[in-house]
Amino acid sequence: MADDTEYTPAPRASLDPELLRRLLRAKDRMDAASHEEWPVRRLARVSAVSEAHFARSFKDAFGVPPHRYLLTRRIERAKTLLRDTELPILDIALQTGWNSLGTFGRTFRDVTGESPSGLRAREREARHQLDRVPACYVSAAHRPGLTTAVSEKRRQQAGATKKPPRETEAT
Amino acid sequence: MSQGIGVVGLYVRDQDEALEFYVGKLGFRVHTDARNGDYRWLTVQHPEQPSLQLGLFKPQEPVLDAGTAQTVREIVAKGAMPPLVLNVDDCRATFERLRASGVEFTQAPEERYGNVDANFRDPSGNGWKMIQNGRKPG
Repeated sequence: MADDTEYTPAPRASLDPELLRRLLRAKDRMDAASHEEWPVRRLARVSAVSEAHFARSFKDAFGVPPHRYLLTRRIERAKTLLRDTELPILDIALQTGWNSLGTFGRTFRDVTGESPSGLRAREREARHQLDRVPACYVSAAHRPGLTTAVSEKRRQQAGATKKPPRETEAT
Repeated sequence: MSQGIGVVGLYVRDQDEALEFYVGKLGFRVHTDARNGDYRWLTVQHPEQPSLQLGLFKPQEPVLDAGTAQTVREIVAKGAMPPLVLNVDDCRATFERLRASGVEFTQAPEERYGNVDANFRDPSGNGWKMIQNGRKPG
């Protein structure tokens, strides 16, 4: 007989696959252009849901709020550029969605625990055979897991993200 | 070739929709489309790769219990299934052709390490990377 006191997982709200598929579209768009600004209004439009519904259901689906997900993608991309290119760190900051070297450096350190130049130096010392793996998977494997919002708060306080050049709605 | 991997299955949300996508848009061919009641065994193959079938399967009862089937539908819709890679001779030309036919690309062609790749999704949410390999074979 099953014991009623045995472990039962917490009930999980089941999400409509049709909605999830549309939320994935918003996530895909942030993935493709993480340097752009992605206010909830824009993301909600991509997913064809209301703004109020969007932020909540995105977090339910993917575990982090959309703005924090975007931050993980920006840091991931910055790490890739630091590792794979000779671009100056200022250029990398500008290309990944920041408009100040200071904000970029501080956020990067908060999230990864090391400075952009520190990461670059460390990666240079250890060359990897990464050209056999699709670049996006290499990149994704180094995406930071942002379980707290501390660094995001600091980023917002600094208020120094770049305005989008324009709202490009690709495809 | 008589030995090796014969079928790799994908979960899709709707088999008619998947058939229209893989055959109608990507240019695959139907290998087997067998129905038995509510159950449908549907496999397609790449025209240049007759040794491998790609199964387009629906997460459904009674093969999966109702709760598991729902979980799988959610996972597929969130794009969390493992990566799929399609090799092509000319990534940019294929991109133009497929995009014109309505394929949902998530990344336009980019060149890295001498390869050119682009990403697209099937209607269910399965993610494909399309790669033109620039390296010499071997």
